[in-house]
Amino acid sequence: MPEITAHVADASATAVVHEAGEKKQTGRLVLGYIGRIVLCGVFGLPLLFLIISSFKPDLQIFADLTSIKAFLPVGHLTLDNYLGVFQRVPFATFMINSIIISVVTVGLGLIVNSMAAFALSRIKFRGQQLILGVILATLIVPFETMALPLLWWSNKLPFYDFVNGYSQGWLDTYQIQIVPFIANAFAIFLFYQYFDSIPKSLDEAATVDGAGWFRIYRSIIMPLSGPAVATVAILTFLPAWNQYLWPLMVVQTESLRPVMVGIDYFKQLNVSWGQIMAYATMITVPILVLFIAFQRSFINSIASSGVKG
Amino acid sequence: MSTTQTDPTPIAATAVAPPHGSKPIGRSPAAVAWLMLVPAGVLLITFLIIPIILTFILAFTNARLISPRPATFVGVDNFIRLFQDETFWASLRNTVVFAVVIVPVQSAIALGLAVLVNKKMRGINFFRTVYFLPVVTSIVVVSMLWLFMYQPNGLINAVLARFGIQGPDWLGNPNTALFAIIVLSIWQACGMHMIIWLSGLQTIPGELYEAAEIDGATKWQQFQHVTWPGLRPTAVFILITITIAAFSLFAQVNLMTQGGPLDATTTLVFMAVRVGFQQQQTGYASAISLVFFALVLIVTLIYRYLTRDKDAR
Repeated sequence: MPEITAHVADASATAVVHEAGEKKQTGRLVLGYIGRIVLCGVFGLPLLFLIISSFKPDLQIFADLTSIKAFLPVGHLTLDNYLGVFQRVPFATFMINSIIISVVTVGLGLIVNSMAAFALSRIKFRGQQLILGVILATLIVPFETMALPLLWWSNKLPFYDFVNGYSQGWLDTYQIQIVPFIANAFAIFLFYQYFDSIPKSLDEAATVDGAGWFRIYRSIIMPLSGPAVATVAILTFLPAWNQYLWPLMVVQTESLRPVMVGIDYFKQLNVSWGQIMAYATMITVPILVLFIAFQRSFINSIASSGVKG
Repeated sequence: MSTTQTDPTPIAATAVAPPHGSKPIGRSPAAVAWLMLVPAGVLLITFLIIPIILTFILAFTNARLISPRPATFVGVDNFIRLFQDETFWASLRNTVVFAVVIVPVQSAIALGLAVLVNKKMRGINFFRTVYFLPVVTSIVVVSMLWLFMYQPNGLINAVLARFGIQGPDWLGNPNTALFAIIVLSIWQACGMHMIIWLSGLQTIPGELYEAAEIDGATKWQQFQHVTWPGLRPTAVFILITITIAAFSLFAQVNLMTQGGPLDATTTLVFMAVRVGFQQQQTGYASAISLVFFALVLIVTLIYRYLTRDKDAR
């Protein structure tokens, strides 16, 4: 008997300790949530402010700043800023240009870069290591270092199209906003890493069945590489969509401009903050929607971009 | 294509097993490999390798963006002019200050965020998503948004005023302008590095923490002895990417301050664009680019050296 009571007492003692621990834990959990929610405010509120303000007249944007109203859709809400944007700039043209530029850059990039990575990863040939080394070495060169020599060089490049025949100089065209960004050392590297993880025995089996290398690339390796394709697509889409420095320099004609450069129109003469917010909202919300829809892929692509030593 | 060219009897080829040692494919593997490398190779050579080489050549010429006369070799004239240019020293100083502040602060904040969102709790995905939102927002939009927030009568000063603080004209004051740009740059980018840190954190096996806990290690000791050593490869990657991105600072400056006030926010890239694009002096701009390139190279080599040293130990 005494043995048992001792046991029970012991158990209740641990239960008490446990309860205290739980209370402490609950306290910590609440604190943890409060901290994380405050951080949500830090990162989320400015964006909420941007979107909310785009529906308010300038006077009200400034009047609301002093209170919580700045972040709330209250007061006189209007679409005037949006109408103003459409009157001030050819928004649809800018938008279509940005879509063309980023979709073509990403699409052609997926083919060109995966094909190069396939050759480097799965076919044995002389000079392979050297080429891979050169590609990896270029990874540290930021685009900005060579942007100005490239600008000069683009003006010397020849071009042929079926309408105008030969011409010299790529400035002020679509292709100068697309072609330099198709081949991408980082994309090749990401594909290379992924392809290397696919067993080589697949190739051997396919070769025995009479498949050529192009066939292996197209029908075996690429269909297995969904995650790598998603990663590269996202990591090349964002910079293509966000391009600012390059189109600022290479495009003079309004009808060829992408959306990011379009914002400069609103900085000239009678600045309307409401219109700036409306324009910013229109070029941001589509990407935010894409991000929220493909959240997991976005996060994974960023995460896998870091797995390099 | 290969069937029409090489094999006149496809039936025989499939029916009869190929003799031992011969290859079922017409072309040699090396030829196929080179063929597959051609598109990327041509593009990389034209738009990456040649421009890099051109930077080294043009820096020693008087090349202009659009000029009827061919460029001539001028030796180190561009560099002599550059080193006498006050704006260049201001640009170099601002670029270095920007990087020196941003690299540790941004990576530390990002690591803090990563630790916060690495916990298993309800709604953790929501927090990750919100912290990441600025990353998918273009720096152009972020710059315009913060340009408004930094106005003398903008959002930030309105919030400060509620606490009885009279905020400065953030971007109009040479003492605060660069700091203001640093803050918004960190705000925009740290979600990205949070995710990279997070993927590093998740490679550390949970048993290590359990073992450390059994040994009575405090949370901080666990971080010091388990987390940090496990994160070293991630850390190198993050330091290099943040540094290079910091050196490339351009959009914020161009949209918010145009390098001012009094050159307080001019940067190497901003100056190179002003000189090489607006003033069309490609040669001079290439000299600036070369300095920029040297800076990137030195920092990368230092990081590589430091990490190699640690690996050997």
